[in-house]
Order: sequence, then structure tokens, then C-alpha cells
Amino acid sequence: MSKLKPMYHSNIWFEEPEPNDPFAAKNCYCHGYNVFEEILPKASWCEYLYLLFKGERPTPEKSVLLEKVAMAIANPGMRDESVRAAMNAGVGGSTAASSLIAAIGVGAGQYGGAREVYTLVNQWQVLGTNLENWQSFLVSPNEVNSQIDIWPEYEHAPGFNPNGESCSTPIKQSLALFSTLSPSGALSWLEEFRIELEKTTNSPLSMSGVIACALFDLGMTAKQAEMLYLLLRLPGAAVHSLEQEQLGWKKFPFFGKNTILTDDPEAIVNSSTGVLKNE
Amino acid sequence: MSNELLIQHEDKIITKMGKAFLSERVVYRGKDLHRDLKNTSWLELFAYGITGKRYNPTEIKLLNFIWVSTSYPDKSIWPNHITALAAATRSTPSLGLSIGMSACEASIYGGRPLKIGIDFFLRAGRSLKSGVELEQFVDDELIKNKIIYGYGRPLASSDERIPHVVNFAKEQGLADGQHLNIALELAALMNRKKGLSMNVAAIYTALGADLGFSPEQFHLFMTPCFFAGMPPCYIEAKENPEGSFLPIRCDRINYTGHKKRNW
Repeated sequence: MSKLKPMYHSNIWFEEPEPNDPFAAKNCYCHGYNVFEEILPKASWCEYLYLLFKGERPTPEKSVLLEKVAMAIANPGMRDESVRAAMNAGVGGSTAASSLIAAIGVGAGQYGGAREVYTLVNQWQVLGTNLENWQSFLVSPNEVNSQIDIWPEYEHAPGFNPNGESCSTPIKQSLALFSTLSPSGALSWLEEFRIELEKTTNSPLSMSGVIACALFDLGMTAKQAEMLYLLLRLPGAAVHSLEQEQLGWKKFPFFGKNTILTDDPEAIVNSSTGVLKNE
Repeated sequence: MSNELLIQHEDKIITKMGKAFLSERVVYRGKDLHRDLKNTSWLELFAYGITGKRYNPTEIKLLNFIWVSTSYPDKSIWPNHITALAAATRSTPSLGLSIGMSACEASIYGGRPLKIGIDFFLRAGRSLKSGVELEQFVDDELIKNKIIYGYGRPLASSDERIPHVVNFAKEQGLADGQHLNIALELAALMNRKKGLSMNVAAIYTALGADLGFSPEQFHLFMTPCFFAGMPPCYIEAKENPEGSFLPIRCDRINYTGHKKRNW
């Protein structure tokens, strides 16, 4: 057995033990601030969230922007794939964790999901507010990848909805509000050039595109933005999962009769007798 | 801009993969599950579900040993550690096992090396057939992507699985494929060029390529490859007192961040 005691290293978290118990914290510090003595009574949830991710208190403007981002995506709505995943877990009485894991797994993807946000924040860092460069990226988003990956290739312009008729009202409302909260940031640029970019991609801006831009303006790295997007969309998944469990499976759509099998061997068994028809 | 595709797919599932005709029968990729596939092992069914191909018993034995050879019931290994933590906090088996498996889709082991690795061997095989020298192909690859997955190993300098898997493949008569030969030849080359030893991902992916898997198929096939190591970890952590899996004292956090300050 190694004589060196294993250590966990952190720039974020520090604890001082209770005098009588080395396994219980007397004081917890987050980036130097005492969590229960100072942060808990004085800070808002979003101020603490920002501190956790960025290591510093947010400006009042950033705090408001993060709170509004969190509100905009707190419930993606029950038609969203991630929420549907949670509901499919909830309706059968699966564990609460499986509902949220289902929402996270589905909401992690590249079609409206967290990986799309990751990709976009990476591109914001590279492309800034250069319209031509953005247009080049959006028409061939896979060219930035040098090799195959566990993530599939993009089938659409990241941040834009390949199946939309026009930019929906909540997206325009969110972008309009966010850009007033970040007047000199990328959000204002996105609002100014949204229609231009939509013409390039022949598709409307999506919520993931707006949120990625907002998280970039908040100073999040691509990986931080991906995590926050996963985290902040969970409340809707939770409540809709609970709701469908309560309503019961009989009221929840089941698509067995709507499933059309195109490769169907001949039916071979009479279900009432159990006898093979071919014998 | 159009929502036409959504309208086309609304309210229906069109599938060639299968359907459960409840109270009647089940079709699995064109075959009746309970009649045509009743003698199929679970692993064979899994491989068939992914590829649509029926692997022969010898191939299935090798695929099975690939999984067996990397099923380590060791709680210090990161995914197993997660499963053990789930048991220590008295979470459920499904949650403990599924989150352990999810974590296996990692960057420095598991999912990413396996998918990128098989793609590398498939591309190398095609290039060599067209007359490119292996060393030239490797040099180009290192310039383009910096690393070649399957060479070098975190936490250890060699890989105990390699001789077992290679010997097993030989015993089955499945060690003569082009991609496995490339992997073995590359081992010496990478050692000379980068001082790296081969890890088993190179062997697994080369064998996968020799068995006809595409990168996407092999990614799916290898998803549960560490899975059988996890239940023992769960069971023992559950047998032990709750909260007793590697408890951490406050002073085991080496904090190097901002000094204490007031809000």
C-alpha cells in the first residue's frame, strides 16, 4: 500500500474540519468565500453559480443575464426531446434520477442540445463577430474537425433550426432581452445579423444558438457552457416527468400501433392457439 | 426554411429494424426473435443488432473474449469507482451500472480511443493497399492529429491484456487479418518514434476492423465492454457499511485557489 496519502487538488473548494471530526467540514470556502457564513446569506443563486464556474463574483449585469438565461431554458417545454425522454422515464415510474439522466443524455446532443452549445462557444472564441467567417463555418461546420469522433457530424448549421419555418417568437424575445443586458457583446451582434445568418443557413436561429451566445458573453468556456446548458434545462424535465407519472401511462401516447415495420417476416404463430401456422 | 420533414414524420415510426407485436410476436432486424433467434447467445444477438450480420461461433468467441479480457472488478478504475460510489450511497443497481457505463465513453480510454482507433486502422488498411508505406501514413497522421490512439497508456507502461487477446485470436485462427498485422507492426514503430508502448485498444480496434465493423458499429459494440466488471464493485460496496467507500477527510483537499476573502 502506498505511503503517500491520496490528495484531491482544487482551485475551487477548500474545507476546514470540525475540531472533533476530520470528516466533517466546519467551514467551506468557494474561491475564497465562506459558503455558509457569507455566500448563503448574501448572494443570489445565480451569483453563486457564476462564482462556482468563473471564480469571481459576477457584475450585476452578468448576474441578471445568467438569471435570465436560466429562466429562458428552465423548461424547454414538453415537446422538447430531452423533456420527452424524462417523461418516458417518469410515466413508467422509473427512478427520479433516471428521468434526469434521460433528459441529460438526450439533451446532450448536437440537435438543440448541449454539444451544439459547446461547438458554438468554441466558434465564438475563434470567429468573434466576423460575419464572413461565421457564414463560412455555418455552411460547412464539420470542416473544423480533423478526424472522426464519438460525436457524429453535424447535419445542420449549429445554432440554427433545420426544421423551422421562421425564427419563433420566444427565441426573438429572448435574444432581444439578452442583447439589452449585454449591449456591447456578441448578443447584440447576433441580433443585428440574425436575419443575414438565417439567409446563409436557410434556417431560423434556434434557442441553443441564443444561449450559446449568451454564455459566451458571460465569459464561459465551451466546456463550461456545455455543462451549464445541461444543468439549467433540468427543472422542466423534472416537473414534466413527475406530472406524467401522476397522470398515468394510459394518458401517455404509446406508438405501438403507429409503428410501421418495413422488414416483416410472415406472421408465423396464431396468438390464440400458439400453433405455428407453417407447420 | 421549412418544417416539411417534421410533418412527414409526425405521429408515426417507420422502421426496418423491428417491432413488438404485443401478445403476438417480435421482429428483430427481419427475424422472428422467438423463433429464428432463439438459439442465439446474447452477445451474438447484440452484434447482429448492431451490424445486421450473423457472426460465426469462432468470431463470437473472440468478440466475447474482447469483453471478458477487459472486465475488471476493480473499484479503483474510474467507471467502477462511480458504480461503487452509487452502492456506497445506497443508490440503485441500474443507476450505478448505467452511470458507470456512460463514463466509459471517455477521451483517454474507452469510447473515443476505440472509435477513433478503428477508423485509423481502416484508413491505414486502405492506404497500405494503395501502396502507401506504413511509416509515411503514420507520420502524416501524427502531423494531422498529434496522437494515434492505442499507443501509450495512462497509469501503466504496458498492457497485460495484449498477449492474452492476441493469443486467443491466434487460437481461433483470427490473428492473420491485415489490421491486426498493422497494429503489431506499428507497436515497434511507435516505440521507436515516440517511446510509446501499445495498449489493448490498438488490438481491440484492429480486430474489430478485421471482423468487418465500421467505426460507428464498433463504438456501439464496445459500449458495454467494461460492464461485467461493475456488478462485483456494486455488490461489495453495498455489502460494506454505507458511506464507507474511500471516505475523505477535509484536509485531503489540496487547495491552491484564491485566499480567504469577504463577500
